[in-house]
Amino acid sequence: MATETAGRLAPPRAVFYNDPVIRGYLYQGVMVLLVVAFGYWLISNAIVNLRAQGKTFGFDFLWQTAGFDIAFKLVPYERASTYFDVFKVGLVNTLFVSVISIVIATALGFLLGIARLSKNWLIANIAAVYVEVTRNMPLLLQLFIWYFAVLKVMPPVKQSLNAWDVFFLNGRGLYGPSPIFDDRFGWVMIAVAVSIVLAIAMRLWAKRRLETTGQRFPVVITAIAIVVVVTAMAYLVSGTRIEFEIPALAGFNFKGGFTAPPEFTALVIGLALYHATFIGENVRAGIQAVSHGQTEAAQSLGLQDNDRLRLVVIPQAMRVIIPPTTSEFLSLIKNSSLGAAIAFPELVSVYAGTALNQSGRAIEIIAMTMLVYLTFSLITSFLMNIYNARVALVER
Amino acid sequence: MTIESNFLYVRETEAPVSPPPRRETGLGYWLRSNLFSSLGNTVLTVVTIVFLAWILPILYNFLVGEAVFAGTMDDCRAHPAGACWVYIQARASFMVYGFYPIAEYWRPNTVFVLGLALIIPLLMPRAPYKVPNIIAFLVVYPIVAVILLAGGVFGLPYVPTEMWGGLMLTLALSVVGVVGSFPIGILLALGRRSNLPIIKTLCILTIELWRAVPLITVLFMASVMLPLFVPNGFTVDKLVRAMIGITIFYGAYMAETIRGGLQALPRGQFEAAAALGLNYWKSTIFIILPQALKYVIPGIVGTFISLVKDTSLVSIVGLLDLINAINAAGASAEWASPTKAFTGYTFAIAIYFVLCFSLSRYAKYMEDRLNTGHKR
Repeated sequence: MATETAGRLAPPRAVFYNDPVIRGYLYQGVMVLLVVAFGYWLISNAIVNLRAQGKTFGFDFLWQTAGFDIAFKLVPYERASTYFDVFKVGLVNTLFVSVISIVIATALGFLLGIARLSKNWLIANIAAVYVEVTRNMPLLLQLFIWYFAVLKVMPPVKQSLNAWDVFFLNGRGLYGPSPIFDDRFGWVMIAVAVSIVLAIAMRLWAKRRLETTGQRFPVVITAIAIVVVVTAMAYLVSGTRIEFEIPALAGFNFKGGFTAPPEFTALVIGLALYHATFIGENVRAGIQAVSHGQTEAAQSLGLQDNDRLRLVVIPQAMRVIIPPTTSEFLSLIKNSSLGAAIAFPELVSVYAGTALNQSGRAIEIIAMTMLVYLTFSLITSFLMNIYNARVALVER
Repeated sequence: MTIESNFLYVRETEAPVSPPPRRETGLGYWLRSNLFSSLGNTVLTVVTIVFLAWILPILYNFLVGEAVFAGTMDDCRAHPAGACWVYIQARASFMVYGFYPIAEYWRPNTVFVLGLALIIPLLMPRAPYKVPNIIAFLVVYPIVAVILLAGGVFGLPYVPTEMWGGLMLTLALSVVGVVGSFPIGILLALGRRSNLPIIKTLCILTIELWRAVPLITVLFMASVMLPLFVPNGFTVDKLVRAMIGITIFYGAYMAETIRGGLQALPRGQFEAAAALGLNYWKSTIFIILPQALKYVIPGIVGTFISLVKDTSLVSIVGLLDLINAINAAGASAEWASPTKAFTGYTFAIAIYFVLCFSLSRYAKYMEDRLNTGHKR
């Protein structure tokens, strides 16, 4: 009995407010009270202010006529369209400009990352200078340079810069050819799909053969050959013809082909060049993160050069490259909102700018705009978590 | 060097140093291994040299060769291929101070020099008196700076924030952002690592919400939505609203950087602090934060670099920061010249580059300093 009581000392008596558990509840209770009080204060202020200004809160304004035009649109829109249409145009423009910039930035970023690791002294140093200069100035400044100092001072329509009589560049934008497809072109598209399926089947077969017999099969070349041959045959057999509509000077402007206004071009160039430097640094870090021992181990296993890259180095580098690059894509989407500064009609510019000024619905419009970016962010982190779970190192 | 020896087979003089293999020394070897190591490399080198031979003369001619260093705007119009430095000289005070009264320029100058005097020893790892220095920079300096810049007391004429502008405004926004976002970041990061579920959830929500939206929407919110949420008749200065937006926004980013440091700290440190009987705040302030912050100094400086660059966004909500001042400086016809825009932006590039590049070099230096233990 005596030993038992010695082992279990009664807990020291403390005043109840010194008990860490009770304190935790206390702090959190105070925090909740503060947050609720702050929220109540904000909302009651808003109600009073809105009433004083004779405004109401609600999303009914979305179906009112906006009454202004938008210069660059990919979905149907006209003056008589509603504020909700403005929202859609802005959203589609944001996504369009982001996707194009992401593609260019990724390609350029990988080039830059590899160039910085090049054994060629000149290439490595030029890439380094480019990266340091570009990422140490604000993106907004770069957009202004591309827009005000480069594209806006291009010559007027009559003296357009001309490349092979196909591309034209002037102060109003970049003009180029656009393809016109006839109704038989569908067969070619079907052929492309079929050839891709064939190529995938061929790859599966080649892999199984490699695993059972150890014999190699030239997968990449055969795949390219299948796609090219099948598509070309479909093109010839179906008798379709692709024509290019080339922009031509008609009156005071170019007609036909595609037109990229200077706002769009400046935004794409600015976003792509700026974010390419960050992606390039990610790529460089990823390649450097693969230890030399991995390469040596692959060599001693007798892997060929391209197998060593494909099976050992690249998968490990990608594990380091992909997570920060995905957040770079997200930050590119967010930075596309800088288009507002050079009057490119993306979401922030047309919706949180023009539409807000006209309708005066500050709370609703800002909330919707933020919600859009929040959604992008949530989707990205959701995909990122799946990816991280898949590639996470399984240790012992 | 000679060696006294009784053994005949020991040399008494040192053998002459044999020259290094000829093919591995000198300019020729360097060129061969770095520029012409293979056919592909040679082609790349030649293409690059051609590219440089094309671009460098253009740059040189624009910046120096054809540039106008003295004279009037008419000289600039006569030299459409060169930079117009005359324009920068004439408009420099506007680009640096905005509409700040010329007679009061000494006030921003004093604030700037004082700031440098406090920041430089703070950045030097070996400079003494870190704690008083931090207190002076984070607490005393902002008060002195506001009194000096805004005035209205001690006989200093009042200068409303509408008259602030240019580089001065950019630096003011940057310093406020840095000084304000740091403590917010620390509190949010600690909250995110807290054991108390409600506080943890609130901090996660705050951090993720602010990080998910672009800074522009935050600034828009601060300029159009904030007035609706404060009591009627109570107005907040436009510049202060932008400062609040930037500070909270970067506070959330700072929180994530600092959380990295907290997570990198071994559990033993927390347990040792608890075993010594230190309570939460004592162990956090004396044991955890000094180590965790040291881990992430490069990350913190990196966040500051983004902050400095992002202060340029305030020009979208109509504040006259460096970029907006440069846009506005040449707006009237008297400054018209074909290269005015490019010259102005070159000036801006130079300023931002000096600011951000020196910060990033500093981050690199600290990274190397902190990494010594892991180097092979």
